[in-house]
Amino acid sequence: MVDFEPKIVAFVCNWCTYAGADLTGTSRIKYASNVRIVRFPCTGRIDYMLLLKAFAEGADGIIVSGCHPNDCHYTSGNFHARRRWIMFRSLCDFMGIDTRRIKFSWVSAAEGAKWADIVNTIVASIRELGPYEDYKKVVKKPVKEVSNG
Amino acid sequence: MDDLRKRAKELLESSTVKVVIGYEQGTANKTRALFVEKPEDAVKLIFDSYCVQNLAVYVTKREIRDKGKMAIAATLPVLRSIIQLASESQVNDNNLLVLGITPESKLVEFSNLAEVETFVHQYQIEIDAHNKEILDKLDKMTPAERWKFWIDELTPCFKCYACRAACPMCYCHRCTVDFNQPQWIPVPSHELGNLEWHIMRAVHLTGRCVDCDACYNACPLGIPLNLLTKKMVEEAKVHFGGYQPAIKGEHLMSTYKPDDKENFIQ
Repeated sequence: MVDFEPKIVAFVCNWCTYAGADLTGTSRIKYASNVRIVRFPCTGRIDYMLLLKAFAEGADGIIVSGCHPNDCHYTSGNFHARRRWIMFRSLCDFMGIDTRRIKFSWVSAAEGAKWADIVNTIVASIRELGPYEDYKKVVKKPVKEVSNG
Repeated sequence: MDDLRKRAKELLESSTVKVVIGYEQGTANKTRALFVEKPEDAVKLIFDSYCVQNLAVYVTKREIRDKGKMAIAATLPVLRSIIQLASESQVNDNNLLVLGITPESKLVEFSNLAEVETFVHQYQIEIDAHNKEILDKLDKMTPAERWKFWIDELTPCFKCYACRAACPMCYCHRCTVDFNQPQWIPVPSHELGNLEWHIMRAVHLTGRCVDCDACYNACPLGIPLNLLTKKMVEEAKVHFGGYQPAIKGEHLMSTYKPDDKENFIQ
């Protein structure tokens, strides 16, 4: 894969990871530019359907990140999210969705360097894995013509 | 099931309940749901091994609820469904009387839902050996093989939503797939929409599914979609020690523990 640039969508919470990513910028840390950040009020708001939609729209990898446990701005949003991720990840794995392409992490507002590291790691690993062809094939498959004959 | 007929007749004659939900003989070997409103119709009630439809699906339907207090002939999966529905505030002692049918085909009448709960808690939700074998087989496959397995299985699905209609837990007046702004699930019978629909169904039933297989029995194509919910039952056991429907109590997915364990969050 010569000209492959991974597309990464990052679903992050407003209070920790978004601020953390901001810190990465203000600290002038250079990191891969393949990531598109989507800001959410809380990890508890990150619906699993949004992850599926990201893949359907052509993402090769996904980052989901929020406040560390016990640091949630809304006290328990990330705890709820964690339960959901545990079950959702198992389901994805069971259905054969490549879970190596979904990275879950906790990045606090002070962890600018960790954010850069996480993005760089997933970009490197997706570069190795190549585009998510399996999912793209399913998306592109034309809708079958309905015969009224 | 003479006991059941007799009891249904009494309940209707005394106007304790307005409708009794049970099974009647359908065409061929099939059975179908019966809604007895007149005492003399109680003789039509039957119960045999063909009665596998989950009748709890009807107790949330307005057409039935509007008749007045309901009584329901309930096997173990149905009893579980009723408790789950009770915990979600869909049924209560004022609108539902439960005539339980034990796994030994004996009739037990419960005076309230709390008794049903006690009865249900004697039995754990267990995946049967046959399906467990299939789950194990799938677990041993590589992710790519599993992906192929599911794409092949789900491709013929034309989203008739029979699985949704048969499931007592799918009682939302407007399901996510009925919305078109935004259109979460593509409407056509297309692999992407099929995949997303079945993932969505499994996620919404996580921690609520009582493993009654009504979805699988209803599927006109015989897609093994119950494997998804079965897998979720198994995973709930692995990660959170399993679950039991309970009238008052935390739901698996609407609660959390600060020390929930995982090994994938960096």
